[in-house]
Amino acid sequence: MGIELQYLLPIITISFFVVTAIVFDALLQNKIFSFVWSIIGLIVVIGTASYTFVIPSLELMNLSKEGLITKNMVFFGGYASFFDIVFAGAGLMTILASRVYIKREYKELNEYYSLILITVSGMMLIGHSNNLLILFIGIEIMSISFYVLAGYFRNSIKSIEASLKYFLLGSFATGFLVYGIALLYGATGSLDLNIITSNLIAGKFNHIYFLLGSGLILIGLSFKVAAFPFHQWAPDVYQGSPTVASGFMSSAGKAAAMIAFIIVFKHILPAVNNPVLIKDTHLIQNIIAVLAACTMLLGNFTALAQTNVKRMLAYSSVAHAGYLLIGIASNNSTGWTGVLFYSVAYILMQLGAFIVLSVIERNEQSNLELSDFAGLSRSHPILAALMAVFMLSLAGIPPFAGFFGKYYLFVSAVKADYVWLTIVAVISSIISMYYYIGIILQMYFKDPRSVALEADYGLARIPLFIAVAGLVIFGVFPSLLADVAYYFF
Amino acid sequence: MLETLRTIDMYDMIKFIPLIPLIGFLILGLTGKYIKKEAVIGTIGSLAVFIPFVLSIILFIDIVKQHITSPVIVPVYTWINTGQLSISISYQVDQLSILFSLIITGVGFLIHIYSIGYMHGDRSFSRFFAYLNLFIFMMLNLVLSSNFLLTFLGWEGVGLCSYLLIGFWYDQKFEGTRITWTGDAANKAFIVNRIGDFGFIIAMFLIFLTFNSLDYQTVKEAAAGGAFAYYNTGILTAITLLMFLGCTGKSAQIPLAVWLPDAMAGPTPVSALIHAATMVTAGIFLIARNSVLFALAPDTMMVVAIVGLATAFFAATIGLVQNDIKKVLAYSTVSQLGFMFIALGVGAFTAGVFHVMTHAFFKGLLFLGAGSVIHGMHHQQNIKMMGGLKKYMPVTYITFFVATLAISGIPFFSGFFSKDEILWSAFSKGHWIMWLIGATAAFFTAFYMFRLLKLTFHGEERFDPHHVHPHESPKTMTIPLIILAVLSALGGFLGIPYALGSWFSAHPNLLENFLDPVFEDAQKIISTATMKVSSGNEIHFQEYLLMLISTGIALSGIYLANKFYSDALWSVPRALAKNFRGTYNLLFKKYKLDEFYFATVVDPCIETSRSFLWKIFDVKYIDGLVNGLGRTSMGIGETVRKLQTGIVQNYAVIMTGGIILILFWIFISL
Repeated sequence: MGIELQYLLPIITISFFVVTAIVFDALLQNKIFSFVWSIIGLIVVIGTASYTFVIPSLELMNLSKEGLITKNMVFFGGYASFFDIVFAGAGLMTILASRVYIKREYKELNEYYSLILITVSGMMLIGHSNNLLILFIGIEIMSISFYVLAGYFRNSIKSIEASLKYFLLGSFATGFLVYGIALLYGATGSLDLNIITSNLIAGKFNHIYFLLGSGLILIGLSFKVAAFPFHQWAPDVYQGSPTVASGFMSSAGKAAAMIAFIIVFKHILPAVNNPVLIKDTHLIQNIIAVLAACTMLLGNFTALAQTNVKRMLAYSSVAHAGYLLIGIASNNSTGWTGVLFYSVAYILMQLGAFIVLSVIERNEQSNLELSDFAGLSRSHPILAALMAVFMLSLAGIPPFAGFFGKYYLFVSAVKADYVWLTIVAVISSIISMYYYIGIILQMYFKDPRSVALEADYGLARIPLFIAVAGLVIFGVFPSLLADVAYYFF
Repeated sequence: MLETLRTIDMYDMIKFIPLIPLIGFLILGLTGKYIKKEAVIGTIGSLAVFIPFVLSIILFIDIVKQHITSPVIVPVYTWINTGQLSISISYQVDQLSILFSLIITGVGFLIHIYSIGYMHGDRSFSRFFAYLNLFIFMMLNLVLSSNFLLTFLGWEGVGLCSYLLIGFWYDQKFEGTRITWTGDAANKAFIVNRIGDFGFIIAMFLIFLTFNSLDYQTVKEAAAGGAFAYYNTGILTAITLLMFLGCTGKSAQIPLAVWLPDAMAGPTPVSALIHAATMVTAGIFLIARNSVLFALAPDTMMVVAIVGLATAFFAATIGLVQNDIKKVLAYSTVSQLGFMFIALGVGAFTAGVFHVMTHAFFKGLLFLGAGSVIHGMHHQQNIKMMGGLKKYMPVTYITFFVATLAISGIPFFSGFFSKDEILWSAFSKGHWIMWLIGATAAFFTAFYMFRLLKLTFHGEERFDPHHVHPHESPKTMTIPLIILAVLSALGGFLGIPYALGSWFSAHPNLLENFLDPVFEDAQKIISTATMKVSSGNEIHFQEYLLMLISTGIALSGIYLANKFYSDALWSVPRALAKNFRGTYNLLFKKYKLDEFYFATVVDPCIETSRSFLWKIFDVKYIDGLVNGLGRTSMGIGETVRKLQTGIVQNYAVIMTGGIILILFWIFISL
């Protein structure tokens, strides 16, 4: 097999499993088969992506760019392979946690699993994109599957409302993304990110179109990560969607959009000596920094006022988009490393927290008030401990991975001379302590409510274990992840 | 090449030296409650120290064979690596670290064995061994580390273990200045040490600012490489003084010496292991490890020597009048640690480390012997209520006697060699007054030690024979005593001075030969600065004379003690105490240092905290600020929340607003 095809294996396998999953759904109508098939698919994808790590990188150097089947539209290896594993892993955790939940709350339908697979394929395509068109296709595959996932509980008004809001506002934002891409094409004459970079460095670009295009892409992507002021859909959608799916959307979905951010802005904000370009770069960086600061503050302040844990976590996910944007605003390798590290940590803790919610949720959305968590440590000590770990990690307290993610991001901002941004980030982190610790307070120091909650784990035990283990391992040995990430950029 | 590889592989073994006690701690700490047999717990605990001891011996032999001249760094794991700051666990194999490791694991192992007998029947038997193993783990990290941070971790860790073990019998009463139970003593030890630790932390910050590194080897090379001119070393003086402040805390020197006597609230094996043989020598280790920095800061060296001298003298005088067997030994320890600091202060690093070693043998032995007596006397600790125990506890008596001879400095016992080397260094490299004060302290030492011996083991039986039946301790306790007695008697021959050994070898001092690579740079700096060529290989007539004088001093101390306390009425000491009542009381009350600290520092602190910081500052300002901020934040949250109307058109409007603002920003920048 050609070396290029070997590198493409993760994409090929996920596409194969997506297509077969849809076909089998239609033909067999067997839920267990669909469930198992999608799990097998994601495990195979993780395997093939790991395989691309061990292919000697020397051979990658020998690939001549002209002779590629993919015409240089796709990026191989490195962070792309890394994120293949991360996204497929997140999908796997989601599917494992979903079965018992959707069966209990609505009913198990085959399409749920294929939807997750399709979403993962879109996310992977984002990571592999080396061309704005591929990037756009990846984003749209992911987003459209999310619209459907949000409305999965088709009898629930909240779920349908979430889906519709997400779809309407998403389409609105997508328009800006496409327009931005078009302007960037007009400014530089190419959709290929490498050519865009070389044209920018060579000074062959239209200044106004370039800035407008960058700004519009920034707006489109900001919507996808739910950054201020394009965040308002997020709390409504995350609260209305099936809980496990919200976890998946708000964690892996956000990470995928952040990768898109890195890929685009790493290429259109190159470090060069061209004074015009430096000025433009600073402008875009400043805009991102302001968005990041507002997002963090707004997300955390609003989360303070929430009494529903699911909604609170939705706002906290807005705040986390702000932290992640710091890495983009810094526009240096520490920042990208930080985004990569924090994405992994964030997927583990956010998804973990939502899975905990899904375990105790009953009758669509009940049992999710803050007061329902009172005394959880006595009725369900393990569940309470897990939730406490996720909350501490989200709050950024060592020895959990969340701490180091924030640490790298803050360091990158200092390196990029955004000291004020770091100060804002630290302050908003302190604000966030209040509501994260508030849950722990409820669980450990309040008397249990009169009717004890029931916990229904099913297979959710596995993803919960993975999440906690990952948070502890990467928190105690951050270099395991940080060294790998640093090598990518 | 192959040879080099082999040694590097071999030194990798050092990782296991701290790891095994940690495993021991985890096993005993997690499952000890469920192990019912004391023998099993004791075996696990002792093995966890014995295996590292064997590994240390193997490494020691290899170092001797290989003659390594620079330390071998064995990285274990890097925790954070950002910019200049690298926080890593890595160990350093060199002569100094292995020597300390041998002392810690060797003496530690004997004390573990001893504890099996001593702690027999205690309801927290497994907890005791778990703490002991944790202590050994922390102590090994302290001495084996290749950087300040890991040493600091060990430093704090041993402090924690010391705290836990002083208050081990947390429900027992203990007498002391404003101390009523063991927990107070533990708190005192911990809090006094915080002051020293503060100095150590600041010293680390300054080191990082100055050298951009916290690795011993990097700092040492930078300092020795001529980055600092002699006598032009303000920053080094600051660093070393602060570091020395840490040492005065951990090693119980003036002004932070007050905690150690009260630390005797812990079980006696703890006093032997932590508060005599190992932890309290951490300060000496730290200075020896950074000998180059100290050598470059002569002012600090002076302070170290003077503080050591003062501590050696004053602690010895307090020891003269104490009646609690462990208190006497505690002041003796403080005094002996003072001797070690004198050695370091005058630049005789080897002599200081040598005294650490011999002191670990004989003071460990003395404490264990005291433990054996206390065990046999049903927890009676007042020596005035003892007497005549010699016939009941022959093994304890003989070993205690050997240790007493060693600490008094009787020729050819271990203490003679190490103490004499210190006194000679003080004379030749320092000043004759230093020698005089040191020799006086040595005289007091001989006196109070023989007073202790006489009152405990000789003379008439002053205890109530109906209630107390003294008996010899079990084998697990006496065998460690015998081994330590042999070491106390013979250990000094590792450091035979040139003046006595020149007839058989040009380098008779084995310890000095062994430690030479560690202190080479420091010695070079000192000898260049003082324009003195190393006088190691010359025989001074004075040296023989001083040796004779100090032997005479020791013998006269013994003679006096013997004379004073052979008389059943103790008429001479009683008369002295009566005629010099003021002095006696001052000594008995330990110069009222505790009272002084309470009056000048502790009480004002507590009073200010209570009436101002708490009732005014905290309640009014801090709470007001915090609550105000909290209300404001909640208010902001509630306000922003109202923007979230749930109506999708409103969201689109806000989005559009955002888009317009961003594009506007871009346009005005064009």
